Amino acid sequence: MISDIGWWDHQLRHIEDWKAWMTLRDILKPGTIEFNDCPKGVTGGKENGRCITKLENMGFRVGQGLIERFTKDTARFKDELDIMKFICKDFWTTVFKKQIDNLRTNHQGIYVLQDNKFRLLTQMSAGKQYLEHASKYLAFTCGLIRGGLSNLGIKSIVTAEVSSMPACKFQVMIQKL
Amino acid sequence: MNYPLYIRSAPTENELKFHYMVHTSLDVVDEKISAMGKALVDQRELYLGLLYPTEDYKVYGYVTNSKVKFVMVVDSSNTALRDNEIRSMFRKLHNSYTDVMCNPFYNPGDRIQSRAFDSMVTSMMIQVC
Repeated sequence: MISDIGWWDHQLRHIEDWKAWMTLRDILKPGTIEFNDCPKGVTGGKENGRCITKLENMGFRVGQGLIERFTKDTARFKDELDIMKFICKDFWTTVFKKQIDNLRTNHQGIYVLQDNKFRLLTQMSAGKQYLEHASKYLAFTCGLIRGGLSNLGIKSIVTAEVSSMPACKFQVMIQKL
Repeated sequence: MNYPLYIRSAPTENELKFHYMVHTSLDVVDEKISAMGKALVDQRELYLGLLYPTEDYKVYGYVTNSKVKFVMVVDSSNTALRDNEIRSMFRKLHNSYTDVMCNPFYNPGDRIQSRAFDSMVTSMMIQVC
């Protein structure tokens, strides 16, 4: 059902961005989406990797547009930390209706954003059952963060990990040019 | 990497002169942004104000949080144009640019070819000239 995401992408022009994002959240309920070229098994392999990359790239482009809209009326950012705080508070609140619960940094370009109740994972059971499938649901959001940062002039690599549902951590590694 | 995403002038003769002026004003914009720490410019504002006056023209600047620079060159003889009008023109440009960015068919970094953007700029220029 990749076409569903394509349709939504198009709708982004006309309806409020975060409302559109919430409908995507509903589309991504487990069982309703079947990646036609992704095997359902745990191993996954190349196909699974391609899906994840595709989702991440979509998130990237959407992140760029969202950031442009959200920072339209805000004051100029002082520094990198200011930008990360914006992502954790205003950006996350507008997209997911809650803030990031914990932001940690080593002040040398690595940030860890912890969300204890990630909105895209709350629909799934809290046990180990769906742990391996969680990465699909995080890929888009990783792209979202990466796209948002890139539009603000920061090149980064964003990865995510889930240790226990529905909590997850996003790692942002800033790349110094 | 400074190349124009969109450039338009009226009247269209001497267009190259405007292109050149816009290009040189980019240095002034960079200077203003890096001067943030020295409180030469209100640190939090996006609008940069008058960049530099030449004998014929006034050049205004505006930089978004996403590092996109807007430059406006106005005839000096046009004294009716006030600061808050310039600010509102920049706001309109910023709003239209945001719409272009959110268009999923637009690739960031390409030249802007949106008709809506064009017509917004046209209506602004008609108002001023």
